[in-house]
Amino acid sequence: MAEGGTFLKQGEQRTYGRFEEAHRLREQSRAVNLGKSEQYGSLILGGGMITAGFARRGLSGAAMIALGTLLVRRGFTGHSPLYERFGVSTAPAIAPGVPDNVGIKVERKITINRSPAEIFGFWRDFRNLPRFMKHLERVEIVDSRRSRWVSRAPAGRIVEWDAEIINEHPNELIAWQSLPGADIENAGSVRFTLAPGGRGTEVKVDFEYNPPGGVFGALAAKLFGEAPEQQVEDDLMRLKQVLEAGELATTEGQPAGRSRKRGRRI
Amino acid sequence: MKAITWQGWHKVEIDSVPDPEILNPRDVIVRVTLTAICGSDLHLYDGYIPTMEKGDILGHEFMGEVVEVGKAITNLKKGDRVVVPFAIACGQCYYCQQNLTSLCDNSNPNALQAERLFGSSGSGLFGYSHLYGGYAGGQAEYVRVPFADTGCLKIQNGFPDEQVLFLSDILPTAYMAAENCGIQMGDIVAVWGCGPVGQLAIRCALMFGAERVIAMDDIEGRRGLAAHHERVTTLDSNDPDLLDKLKELTGGRGPDSCIDAVGMEAHGTSIGALYDQAKTATLLATDRPNVLRQAILACRKGGTVSIPGVYAGFVDKLPFGAAFAKGLTFKMGQTHVHRYMQPLLNRIEQGEIDPRFIITHRINLSDGPEAYETFRSNKDECVKVVMKP
Repeated sequence: MAEGGTFLKQGEQRTYGRFEEAHRLREQSRAVNLGKSEQYGSLILGGGMITAGFARRGLSGAAMIALGTLLVRRGFTGHSPLYERFGVSTAPAIAPGVPDNVGIKVERKITINRSPAEIFGFWRDFRNLPRFMKHLERVEIVDSRRSRWVSRAPAGRIVEWDAEIINEHPNELIAWQSLPGADIENAGSVRFTLAPGGRGTEVKVDFEYNPPGGVFGALAAKLFGEAPEQQVEDDLMRLKQVLEAGELATTEGQPAGRSRKRGRRI
Repeated sequence: MKAITWQGWHKVEIDSVPDPEILNPRDVIVRVTLTAICGSDLHLYDGYIPTMEKGDILGHEFMGEVVEVGKAITNLKKGDRVVVPFAIACGQCYYCQQNLTSLCDNSNPNALQAERLFGSSGSGLFGYSHLYGGYAGGQAEYVRVPFADTGCLKIQNGFPDEQVLFLSDILPTAYMAAENCGIQMGDIVAVWGCGPVGQLAIRCALMFGAERVIAMDDIEGRRGLAAHHERVTTLDSNDPDLLDKLKELTGGRGPDSCIDAVGMEAHGTSIGALYDQAKTATLLATDRPNVLRQAILACRKGGTVSIPGVYAGFVDKLPFGAAFAKGLTFKMGQTHVHRYMQPLLNRIEQGEIDPRFIITHRINLSDGPEAYETFRSNKDECVKVVMKP
């Protein structure tokens, strides 16, 4: 019985995956992947080439007209098949709450064996965040949209910022960004999607921030084991532990026979 | 308190360490009344398991009396007599709810380290390296038991410690190994290794109705212990014609299922075994899969290879073509102890199995370090060591 059930679930998941993939490809073929300046550039250059092509005539003229037409089309639609092929995009990111051109980007997913409503509810009360975000000291609620965050930064520094919710769909999405004057400019979003076959909820975090000391600061942090991807990964693992097990698994404070010489990892 | 700590390759010692304390709401502290050395502890002793640290407290087979309870514990109280499963499980994650407790998502604080090595992490284990959580083990006077509300099995029948201790690991491990064989009427089960898990797996296979069990070991005394029943045939595992003999004993078909109760430190005299020894000695491989190779080659078409023996890293020269050509099924992994404890306690109570027959050495915890060496070198007909703190 159990095996039959598993088999069916796998089948369902596969169909679901294929559907998703087709949908994604369809979306992608229409997606804007050019920035505004590049779109205008394409229009002007394309227009110029068509005009010049008509003036020249002959084979080279026809080629210029054809190329110009392609450029004009690229400018109008904002879509470049060539860029798509190489995975390049000059268009601004459209993820809610994540402004363009902010330094370090992190994206992580985890599946939690709880309902979207339960996880959304826990996260939406920002005072809960320090329970699983290791570096976060505390979050104070200012009003229904604004909150004040205090966090520990590398080298023992304390950083603070005010944040504002910029998008919210109950049980589905929370997006926030820091307000002007933040010690660390940042923005992020968290999405909650029902996982297939009773596997709980898929939680996806997108997070961007301008690290103190710029990209070099981030590199230095990485050298000291404070890589942002790992921090987010760690934090999500702790969120899962808090929500599922009700506590964080730990061995800190347990006995060991290391009094005479320090332990060394082999 | 006193505890047995790992200090390096072939070096364990009895140490004086601080008493454990409650660290989490679902913890309890157990005063250990009986503990044992497991065959898999020898993999630590022999330095085959990475991420051990000097001073780590060993031991994952233990039982005792609850002396302190965390504030979230409602089903246990001081004075309760409990057996503790070696796998630590939260009881709430997807895997725990599927009764796959040794795959618990939430009990390994070093899960990310394990994820990098294996893709994802298994549960935390007591006293079994930092890759498995780095939890202090039970070869000690006291031990902290995390997630004790899902973990501890209460013993209320007054049976002696020795009779129920092995519910913590090797009896469920042997039982799962036999269960994984999916034994049908007429099945012949081959068991490599007549150590504690092998001995119990032989009996469990008979309980599941195996027609015959073929038990293999290179130690005569252990073969003698295995041959307790007319339906058990024993073979010397160093026999150069082992595979031929297995065919002969199964009418030319090969065993219907093969249990590897040896794991990654298989000994042997075949070319493959010598190759493994050379490779592990020069750090070119981590595991010696000699038994696994034999099991794959011996198993009948469409049969099952069940692996309770521990593997930790990379194996080399596995005859995977044979496994594929014969359409074999592989079943393996750390035991989901929690789901077997109560049913097996019932079987002990009903007299269907009494695991005490494997105990050969009863000692004090302080004599544990020497016992590791005795057990490892198969001195003194050693099969199973139990220790009283």
